[in-house]
Amino acid sequence: MGLINKESVKKKMGSRIAANGFAKFLFILATCFSLLVLGVLIYRILTEGLPYLSLDFITNFASRMPERAGIWAALLGTIWIMAVTAPVSFILGVGTAIYLEEYAKKNAFTKFVQINISNLAGVPSIVFGLLGLTIFVRLAGLGSSVLAGGLTMSLLILPVIVVASQEAIRTVPREIREASFGMGATKWQTIRRIVFPAALPGILTGTILALSRAVGETAPLLVLGALAYVAFVPENLFSQFTVLPIQLYNWTSRPQEEFHMLAASGIIILMIILLIMNSIAVFIRNKFHKRF
Amino acid sequence: MSRDKTNQKSIRSMIQENKSSRSQSAVMEKVVPKIFLICAIISIFTTLGIVFTLLTETFTFFSRISIVEFFTNTRWFPFTSDENADYGIIALVLGTLTVTAIAMVVAIPVGLAVAIYLSEYASAKTRKMIKPILEVLAGIPTIVYGFFALTFVTPLLDKIIPGGISIFNALSPGIVVGIMIIPMIASLSEDAMNAVPNAMREGAMALGATRFEVAIKVVLPAALSGVIASFVLGISRAIGETMIVTIAGGSRPTADINVTESIQTMTAYIVQVSQGDTGYGTTIYYSIYAVGMTLFVFTLIMNLLAQFISRKFREEY
Repeated sequence: MGLINKESVKKKMGSRIAANGFAKFLFILATCFSLLVLGVLIYRILTEGLPYLSLDFITNFASRMPERAGIWAALLGTIWIMAVTAPVSFILGVGTAIYLEEYAKKNAFTKFVQINISNLAGVPSIVFGLLGLTIFVRLAGLGSSVLAGGLTMSLLILPVIVVASQEAIRTVPREIREASFGMGATKWQTIRRIVFPAALPGILTGTILALSRAVGETAPLLVLGALAYVAFVPENLFSQFTVLPIQLYNWTSRPQEEFHMLAASGIIILMIILLIMNSIAVFIRNKFHKRF
Repeated sequence: MSRDKTNQKSIRSMIQENKSSRSQSAVMEKVVPKIFLICAIISIFTTLGIVFTLLTETFTFFSRISIVEFFTNTRWFPFTSDENADYGIIALVLGTLTVTAIAMVVAIPVGLAVAIYLSEYASAKTRKMIKPILEVLAGIPTIVYGFFALTFVTPLLDKIIPGGISIFNALSPGIVVGIMIIPMIASLSEDAMNAVPNAMREGAMALGATRFEVAIKVVLPAALSGVIASFVLGISRAIGETMIVTIAGGSRPTADINVTESIQTMTAYIVQVSQGDTGYGTTIYYSIYAVGMTLFVFTLIMNLLAQFISRKFREEY
């Protein structure tokens, strides 16, 4: 038939195969580059941070003298903030998700809520800081307190928890809901005893991952007026506070090399906390996740 | 006999209990949805709160500084006496866009290459190994990236670039923001490319296409809406990024951009003011809301654009 010009196909074959090989090389190079960056980053932080890492570093307060400085106030501040953020964001997030998945009718309002949540997820964290500064710190008169910081963080991670919970609830199959209704259970009984327990591992995984994002978040709390130099531990919800990332920012922004090494030590602690949280999340996902 | 009696009693009491619990659960059935509705409404109030906060404080700001000056002045020097102060957002916007542009120059080619490698070349085993590592890269707090930019990337650039580079500059945070965004672009683009049905790849391969040709001429065009949307979301992330540019970018807002010199982004300015001892009610205090509003509008447009692209140009198979 002669539809295909064999000569020209043959002529081009070599260069096409070479292009494929070259492209593959480039793609692998790019992937290796990302992995290499992670490796260098971890190596840098370990070599800079390990010398200062000790038990004293964890239990000491911040100090002007690098050899005496520690992260105790920042560590407890982070725990206090999480103690507010975790329950508030969990209740609001799961409540919203249950409403959207189980109760909401398919109308304009529901669509609006859904679009609103996906847009909230894209708002820069520093803007949440401005929101918290006006609403919680000034209007509600909470000051730069643990409560104001925790509530701001809750709103920041709310969209992540809502989306994760919705996905978890959606994986619960219709059949077991209908079985529950068939046994005479009401809608709320079905949600409470069937849907929620079945979706809980997924919800918890999403919540812990969202909280680990909040642990590493700096900007909103800086804007709220969290202190950078704190030599006390928060006593109640209305105490002033600092958190780990803000302490690290404070050390990083000083010119002396010693404080940079302190920051690296703090980063090791922060990364260990995040690693533990992520491991728990992965563990829950693998251990308790039901496949229907 | 006596046993029967107790049975009867217990059945009667069971019915009684059932009735009371039924009326109880009837109340629950009505109350519970309302509670959840309130939770859902709080998320709307968050958005309203953001818009309300930014608008009111920005209006106060514009009652002191003319809106024309805000958008046309190219100098941003708020920390002087009131009559000498300059509030020209252009300097901050240019700082932000410079960092974003550098970040995208790093993140788009690398992110896309990683996505193509993972979805078209890598074996299932390799993919299973690399994806969690990328997730780790995505989960690192920005403060850590900021530290990395200041203490590693800047000194490195200082050695590489002839003539050196100042401690605070646009290049180093730009590159590191780009690195931070690589996993995001890679995973979103890979999702889009994975959604392309295998039959299309097999069809192209049966016609004699190489893997590279399949990736570039078949899969990429088919997944283009998702890939472009991932770029736009990446840009939005870079614009809103705060800690990396605050730590490594410096605090010298300028309209004549030189990537080896100190700059200031919108986000870095907001942090700088919150860190200082600016009193409540001063013009500088209100200026962070005007800057925040500009930032919010920029990222909102980008996010809406990303949603529009992925919805409008999606190819259905």
